[in-house]
Amino acid sequence: MKKSELLHAYYLMRLARGFEARVAEQYLKGRIGGFCHLYSGEEAVAVGAMWHLRKEDYVIGSYRDHAYYLIRGGDPRRAMAELFGHEDGCCKGKGGSMHLFDRGINFLGGYAIVAGMCPIAAGLAKAAAYRKEDRVVVCFFGDGATNQGVYHEALNMASLYKLPVVWVCENNYYAIGTSVPRSSARESLAAKATAYDMPVSTVDGMDFLKMQSAAGRAVAAARAGKGPSFIEAKCYRYRGHSMSDPGTYRSKEEVEYWKSRDPLPHLKRIIQDDFEAGEEEFAAIDARVARELDEAVRFAEAGRELPPEKRLEDVYAE
Amino acid sequence: MPKITYREAVNQALFEEMHRDSSIIVFGEDVAEYEGSFKVTRGLLKEFGPERVFDTPISEAAIVGTAIGAALGGLRPAAELMTVNFAYVAMDQILNHLAVMRYMFGGQAALPVTLRMPGGGGHQLGAQHSHSLEVHFVHTPGLKVLCPATPADAKGLLKAALRDAGPVIFLEHEGLYNLAGEVPAEMEPARIGEAQVLRPGRDVTVVGYGAMTHAALAAAALLEAENVGAEVIDLRSLRPWDKAAVLESVARTHRAVVVEEPPPVCGIAAEVAVNIYENIFDELDAPVERVSGADAPMPYAKNLEQACIPRAEDVAAAARRALGR
Repeated sequence: MKKSELLHAYYLMRLARGFEARVAEQYLKGRIGGFCHLYSGEEAVAVGAMWHLRKEDYVIGSYRDHAYYLIRGGDPRRAMAELFGHEDGCCKGKGGSMHLFDRGINFLGGYAIVAGMCPIAAGLAKAAAYRKEDRVVVCFFGDGATNQGVYHEALNMASLYKLPVVWVCENNYYAIGTSVPRSSARESLAAKATAYDMPVSTVDGMDFLKMQSAAGRAVAAARAGKGPSFIEAKCYRYRGHSMSDPGTYRSKEEVEYWKSRDPLPHLKRIIQDDFEAGEEEFAAIDARVARELDEAVRFAEAGRELPPEKRLEDVYAE
Repeated sequence: MPKITYREAVNQALFEEMHRDSSIIVFGEDVAEYEGSFKVTRGLLKEFGPERVFDTPISEAAIVGTAIGAALGGLRPAAELMTVNFAYVAMDQILNHLAVMRYMFGGQAALPVTLRMPGGGGHQLGAQHSHSLEVHFVHTPGLKVLCPATPADAKGLLKAALRDAGPVIFLEHEGLYNLAGEVPAEMEPARIGEAQVLRPGRDVTVVGYGAMTHAALAAAALLEAENVGAEVIDLRSLRPWDKAAVLESVARTHRAVVVEEPPPVCGIAAEVAVNIYENIFDELDAPVERVSGADAPMPYAKNLEQACIPRAEDVAAAARRALGR
């Protein structure tokens, strides 16, 4: 991989991390309401999984969706405005944190019912296959999703029909407060997925290079008509399940261990080992991210909510 | 005009619309090789091939979810749930995904999905296979709900559903599949949201839909022998429903009976009745009469089952009450 590409991956991870920090600030100021789930710590998973995608490919995922939207190329201003509940948000303020969506970048939604988006991913892939379009679907979900019935239905159908889906399981070890060994009879979620007769892999989700490499194989297989693949990305969320979860079910030592494996400094080290890259190059990325996020917050602060008389719009197509 | 069955009418609509629009795909349990558990999809696989007409595993939630995804991906899926009873398994996908997504995503998610589901009671199938679920769907903003009573409407309304921006819940009544009626060979889609007066009358308005439209028509024949003119309105579309047509008729007859197959609590008849009260209370000469299914799970025994589903005699009795007879 070229230095510029690695720096871009670094930028995307920084953007996602920085966005969540701004969201936490605004949430505590009371400007963002409802449930709000931060992606901090898992950035290498999303950046790696989407690394090989083209514009026409589809991305769909869970409610921990700010990073999907941004990494897919979404406008941070419209994401922040959506979290503020404003009309110039990407869903006019009707979706909120858990339901970002943008047709323009083929990010087809954050969904707040665990595993609810899995059959939708299969349907998107079916449409692409039927229309003979060269499109791949990447579907993100957490470890908890693997215990839902519709998840198994969707994995079965996608394999049965050899649909171009890449299933990306973010195994961050906890479904809210219930750990994987306390909820899944099979602790290896990759092993669990082998029931559906597709290539599976378990990947260090804190490592961008390993993630993009696994995703590259999966995306290539999907493009070649070989059907779906499953990636179990072992990762960690630094925060609680949502802004209202203090995360007391995890020990300090455990959290500190994972933070010591943070994907950002890890990638920075790799770039510095393989290329000549001075601190100023990383500082420039940090400055760019700060600028974009300042602008996103300013944009959101300047916006307003839809007038209440528009509350019935978009229920049906006009 | 050719006479065909309700089953054939649904089948014709699928054939014609699939020929017209290559983005329509049909899938569900046993719809392709087996040609449908009620044989509604007969011939589709042979005509359109396995990419457009395919069997699924018994995975109702994923059938609906796949339809949602296929629609987001530019298709017009016409998925079948083998019976409406199995929609319970898929309710999260129907009510909490399909219905809400257009709104939740700020109008960006176009969902031209048609979900066909045969349902209704009367075949001694017991509590788990005899549901009429329309109330659950009608309660949910974002869905359209159609309930054809005649072969002509089965064809016309399904054609409309398959061209609509959707999503549409298309409820076929299992008890009507063998009903024959005149259906034009060349037919335009019906208009969603329009009721139809099937029989004019001056004394009492009887509102029905689906199989209950036929109970209403039979009741009207009984009442005619008693010199009572019953006007029968077939709602055809339950969401949106044709409030104007019902209010116009009741304002003329001053009496109303509303017939529904499911249990009465928070039901279709309650909704129609309250709209009559809210809008034309002063026109009424008697309280609105509701005729509903029994407030119990559907029993198996033939006599009990028949006693749980409104019959023509129940409708006629309600009309007599409304008329003070």
